[in-house]
Amino acid sequence: MYSEKVMDHFSNPRNVGEIENASGVGTVGNAKCGDIMRIFLDIDENQVIRDCKFKTFGCGAAVATSSMATEMVMGKTVQEALEVTNVAVMEALDGLPPVKVHCSLLAEEAIHAALWDYAEKNHIQIEGLKKPKADIHDEEEVGE
Amino acid sequence: MSRLIYLDNAATTAVHPEVFEAMKPYFMECYGNPSSVYGFAAGSKKAVEDARETVAKFIGARASEIYFTGGGSESDNWAIKAVAEARKDKGNHIITSKIEHHAVLHTCEYLEKQGFEVTYLDVDEDGVIRLEELKAAIRPTTILISVMFANNEIGTIEPMKEIGEIAREHGILFHTDAVQAYGHIPIDVEELHIDLLSASGHKINGPKGVGIMYLRNSVKLGSFIHGGAQERNRRAGTHNVPGIVGFAKATEIGAKTMEERAAHEIALRDRLIEGILDRVPHARLNGHRTERLPNNVNISFEFIEGESLLILLDQQGVCASSGSACTSGSLDPSHVLLAIGLPHEKAHGSLRLTLSHETTREDVDFVVEQVEKIVARLRSMSPLYDDYCKNVQK
Ligand SMILES: Cc1ncc(COP(=O)(O)O)c(C=O)c1O
Repeated sequence: MYSEKVMDHFSNPRNVGEIENASGVGTVGNAKCGDIMRIFLDIDENQVIRDCKFKTFGCGAAVATSSMATEMVMGKTVQEALEVTNVAVMEALDGLPPVKVHCSLLAEEAIHAALWDYAEKNHIQIEGLKKPKADIHDEEEVGE
Repeated sequence: MSRLIYLDNAATTAVHPEVFEAMKPYFMECYGNPSSVYGFAAGSKKAVEDARETVAKFIGARASEIYFTGGGSESDNWAIKAVAEARKDKGNHIITSKIEHHAVLHTCEYLEKQGFEVTYLDVDEDGVIRLEELKAAIRPTTILISVMFANNEIGTIEPMKEIGEIAREHGILFHTDAVQAYGHIPIDVEELHIDLLSASGHKINGPKGVGIMYLRNSVKLGSFIHGGAQERNRRAGTHNVPGIVGFAKATEIGAKTMEERAAHEIALRDRLIEGILDRVPHARLNGHRTERLPNNVNISFEFIEGESLLILLDQQGVCASSGSACTSGSLDPSHVLLAIGLPHEKAHGSLRLTLSHETTREDVDFVVEQVEKIVARLRSMSPLYDDYCKNVQK
């Protein structure tokens, strides 16, 4: 059901872990729905992401999208990182089954949440960054 | 990994070699239609009638009370819809439980749309219905009680005899979905006061797509599949002769080996449960500890999600299943795990392992070892586990 890339990122996830005193930390999702992602960013004075780590509770796709998202933002500027969308993460993984698309949204949202945290801590504004939803499932439930 | 450890026997089983041998002649040699008149078809007809006899004997019924169907789902649908239809002048109320298979639950929900009223009984934390609650739910309009013999996810065996007695006292028909129990634990429809029963071939080392419905002779119900006059005018369709023969052979083997098989499976089941609970912290057994199918293990692990666990077990050659939302194709985890009171996050982290007569001690020890490793690995990347550890330190 998963692509080889998804299986690879699930079986050998990149950048698992925590960053102490991270520049920004974002946690999204909820345990009730079965997935939670937490992303840690280490950002230097030039607003470049020096390091990125994650911890995820969730299915194979949740782990793989977190892993891929951390790889994709690594070394990017904060502005560039904002452009790493869920679609880009999915494409990089050679696609996801339709029921798992929300995992990629969660990954995007987790990056945004970590960036938001960074911006707040440093009293700066990142152009185009909106206050992230803590839980993408809230919206899905309203839609039902 | 060359070795395959198949621990998903509640999902389906391998056909037993003797079952396959018994079925073979009915494909290309003895292929006549049992309903035909000529001598060539007599063998097929006899095979079906012998099969009926074997099945009847196994559950303490008469041959005329056994109907062959296309599987467990059909039997459940038939039993419930036909009782509703036949008894609608008497009443429109049905009692079932919250932990039934979807073949029963969705049928009841369908009937609710047709104007029937359904009570879905709660279960206790072990997954057992409460008899007091059952009695209290009975109304003058109650026409059917349908409670499963044993649950497919958590293995809990329901108090059949007590339910049967309550149903009988109140003149209410009693149906049980015995798909997981049939061939695994003793069933006597007389002793248990069962009026209708569903069973399926592929859960007992028989073929897929064939099942039975037992219907007590004194109960008159209409057909579910309309057409020819097969099965005493109650279930149309040319008999699936090889399937029926296979079902009966699987029943025969099941009956013959039941005691020995159960002893073997219970020993390994308990070894597996104890092994995992001993070695993995923050784990709990789901389902009743003793009133439990011989081959069922269901354990929830906190802080991790079931699908991840299944994929990593699969990479080690272990086939298992989970009640997590990700494996059910919806946002919600298993209705059974929620009904026994598990919070969503614990239900997502459940693992079901269902054994067979072929499972070995080595298999069990290997699985315990793998589960321990995999759970630890998934926890090391779980933010929930981090939060838990930090809270404990505080
Ligand atoms: C308890 C229970 N009832 C009904 C069924 C459906 O049986 P079948 O697959 O033969 O339609 C199953 C199997 O999935 C089951 O476990």
